[in-house]
Amino acid sequence: MGFEVEYVWHEHRLPSGVDLVVLPGGFSYGDRLRAGAIAAHSPVIRDIRELGASRTPIIGICNGFQILVEAGLLPGALLLNDSLSFMCKWTHISVENNATPFTRLFERGEQIHIPVANGQGRYYADEATMRELTDGNQIVFRYADDINGSTMQIAGVCNSERNIVGMMPHPERASEPEVGPADSDASPIFRSLLQESGAARQ
Amino acid sequence: MTGLTQTEMEALSGRIGRRPNPVETSIVAAEWSEHCSYKSSKKHLAMLPRTGAHLVDDSSYDSAVLDVGGGYVITVHIESHNHPSAVEPFGGAATGVGGVIRDILSTGTRPIALLDGLRFGDIRSDSHARWLLRGAVSGIAHYGNCIGVPTVGGELGFDPCYADYALVDVAAIGFGLKTRLIQNHAEPGDAVVLIGGSTGRDGIGGSQFASDSLESDDRSAVQIPDPFTEKLVIEAILEARDAGLLHALKDLGGGGLSCATSEMSDSLGVGMSIDVGQVHTREELASHEVMTSESQERMLGIIAPGSVADMQEICAKYGIACSRIGTVTESSDLHVHDSGADLARMPVGIVANAPLLDLPRTRPAYLEELARARVPDALPGGDYSASLLSLLGSPNIASTEHVYSRYDHEVGIRTVVRPGRDAALLRLDNAKYVSLAIDGNPAHCYVDPRAGAAGCFEEACRNTVCVGARPIGMVDHMQFASPQDPEIFWTFIESLEGISEYARAMEIPCVGGKVSFYNETPSGPIKPTPVIGVIGLADSAPKNPAVADGDVIVAIGTSRNEMGGSEYYSHVHKTVAGSCPQVDTGSSRACLDAVLALHDGGLAKRVHDCSKGGLGVALAKMCIWEGRGCDVALDGAPGCADMGADVALYSESHSRFVAVLGAPDAQQALDIAAKSGAACAVIGRFGGSSIGINYRGRSVASVGLQDASDTWHTSLERTAHG
Repeated sequence: MGFEVEYVWHEHRLPSGVDLVVLPGGFSYGDRLRAGAIAAHSPVIRDIRELGASRTPIIGICNGFQILVEAGLLPGALLLNDSLSFMCKWTHISVENNATPFTRLFERGEQIHIPVANGQGRYYADEATMRELTDGNQIVFRYADDINGSTMQIAGVCNSERNIVGMMPHPERASEPEVGPADSDASPIFRSLLQESGAARQ
Repeated sequence: MTGLTQTEMEALSGRIGRRPNPVETSIVAAEWSEHCSYKSSKKHLAMLPRTGAHLVDDSSYDSAVLDVGGGYVITVHIESHNHPSAVEPFGGAATGVGGVIRDILSTGTRPIALLDGLRFGDIRSDSHARWLLRGAVSGIAHYGNCIGVPTVGGELGFDPCYADYALVDVAAIGFGLKTRLIQNHAEPGDAVVLIGGSTGRDGIGGSQFASDSLESDDRSAVQIPDPFTEKLVIEAILEARDAGLLHALKDLGGGGLSCATSEMSDSLGVGMSIDVGQVHTREELASHEVMTSESQERMLGIIAPGSVADMQEICAKYGIACSRIGTVTESSDLHVHDSGADLARMPVGIVANAPLLDLPRTRPAYLEELARARVPDALPGGDYSASLLSLLGSPNIASTEHVYSRYDHEVGIRTVVRPGRDAALLRLDNAKYVSLAIDGNPAHCYVDPRAGAAGCFEEACRNTVCVGARPIGMVDHMQFASPQDPEIFWTFIESLEGISEYARAMEIPCVGGKVSFYNETPSGPIKPTPVIGVIGLADSAPKNPAVADGDVIVAIGTSRNEMGGSEYYSHVHKTVAGSCPQVDTGSSRACLDAVLALHDGGLAKRVHDCSKGGLGVALAKMCIWEGRGCDVALDGAPGCADMGADVALYSESHSRFVAVLGAPDAQQALDIAAKSGAACAVIGRFGGSSIGINYRGRSVASVGLQDASDTWHTSLERTAHG
């Protein structure tokens, strides 16, 4: 797609001139203590916090979402699934808010066929937080079915400025026809991001 | 805990010319255990053919290395962790995963997939078997998910012969550049380093524990899993590989440092001097404990003396330890000392090579009884609807989604064919695809170990071609009870011969394997349980075009009256009788070729192998997967015309498939199959909302699709939580 991508070690500083940050999934610190709790204190989070404050798009997927929540960059908490087990399955989510840098290529209400793979993926927020989320239009994705007991079937949220999004499902596993069911296409999430940051460059 | 037998003690004393001291005895006892030395099986394993086009021949690797083209290799290994899992299923199964992953890592390849084969007692009636199942599944999920390696397939089986016991087999695939393979070599003066987890008292005597019948619940012999450390070890090792630091590499598994140091020295033709005082430990340990501890997540490396600081820097980045514990020497001795105080000094050739046995064998008496067993009558009224529905809910046939949904089967984004189908298929960076299927069938192997074992092999090949891949190699995992029992040993040799014959006929090399003896339960020996893994390679992934009503169903391969060890007899009639399915290598080749030709011609929309539960279950599963009913005339399937409806429905003859084709393609497909020499016939069509099977113009089974689907999908979960 013509963009330079760089992995950054969690103890290093982010390079300058970053257009967007992806925090991928992956059992940081073996999910010890709580998923994402230790990684939320990694040195690189300081830079991510600053970038977030300057409206740079940031997306956290699965463990990346858990880290953003533990770092206080997104509201709510992620608890053990109500099955108390890890679950890996394909499910459907709907786009609740298409006015974020990550969802602008979707229609509002559009369904995405996408997989989840997590043990602590049950989104929880108390009533006050839920009011803020609803009033601020910060719910980005919801599960079509109640797969894990998440509050309001929430699958992904954003911050009030809408530049930081976290989601438990894995769009990167649903963006190539070869590795997903015929009707799966979550690639607009990435294409939206690229368009956003491309636009920001010009 | 067992040590050396008196004969072995005498042999060792004779070879080293003196009585060994206690540290030497414990080192040799670990290495000469059945688990590490293969002393009962080694002479016989030579019968397996081991040459093939893709095999990268290097016996110094703990995993098979196969060249898949474009400069890439895949590595494959299979192991079990039965004894530990029977005592502590969570830790036993989890460390089983960890051990196989490190075998893959030791070649310098990145682990990209796991498969697990699990066997327990009858979970319908045995609550302990349910506890073991839950524990083992949780352990595999805990470990595999955390290290980011997908669990992409496997199998799950139940048989009362595993009561109070567990078979936990784990297979893994690695992938990497051929130029980055560790070239296992050593020069005198090279440093010996121990990388990864700290050494503790867990797992001491584990390999001997696994080489004995399970009489004591010795939980201290079970190792403790730490998947996060394993993940760090994987990344540190691969970084060191890319930096070119590693001359040789080996996993620490059964027998701990004793086995790793002696086997590595022996295979590299060098000596080693090891200082136990330099080993990073988590508690105070005696010297012999340091040498035989089976603490997990450890790798033994050989590096140039000037690279030690670089290696330690890489390990420090990942927060794991790297101790320099010794030096490669010019002598041929394994020398162990504690900061200069001698503890053991023996030639590695002696330590690493136990005296081999040639155990006696006799045909088991039970086979005579089985041959006389009465075959059950056909069901009154000739209606098999209830039996078909019941079989779909059998724990050996029902969907295992409840289990595999606990495993991340997609991490790494290579998984093209997911668990629950015939074989796992993964995409590689060279635009090819690798498949792996593992299959066992203790019911068949009990009735006829030779035919049963060959059948497991063929079933794994059938599953391989179902996803469009061509078999390029096989790994065998031979699980039996005590080899000291001549009747058991006979079943081992028969199985090995069955596998060897099929491998030679089909020109599929045995590229690796494992023997696990002493699998005994409190109520007796397990049934012979060879598990065969077949690795396949494909140039393209199945296209999976949509299936529609009116598509035709084709049976490939000839059915015979082979009901011995059938799931129908055991599940519905609670009996074992009849003759075991035999593999005819000519038909096998014809049918496998036919399926591959259908894939290549783009004709087959789906192909599914016919195994447990016969054509009846294969057809029902196909209908459930496609969400469509069918109308089938079973007497039209090759060989089925005159055998009786029960046999036609449920015989488990090998070399058979069920395929789905668009109606206009049917004749061309039949022509292609005939050209390969495979018997093949159109037997029905998709459509309607029930699975309708007729035999000689009469309905013999009619099951509502929804009923069949619900039963198949939900039975295992309901039973497992019973």
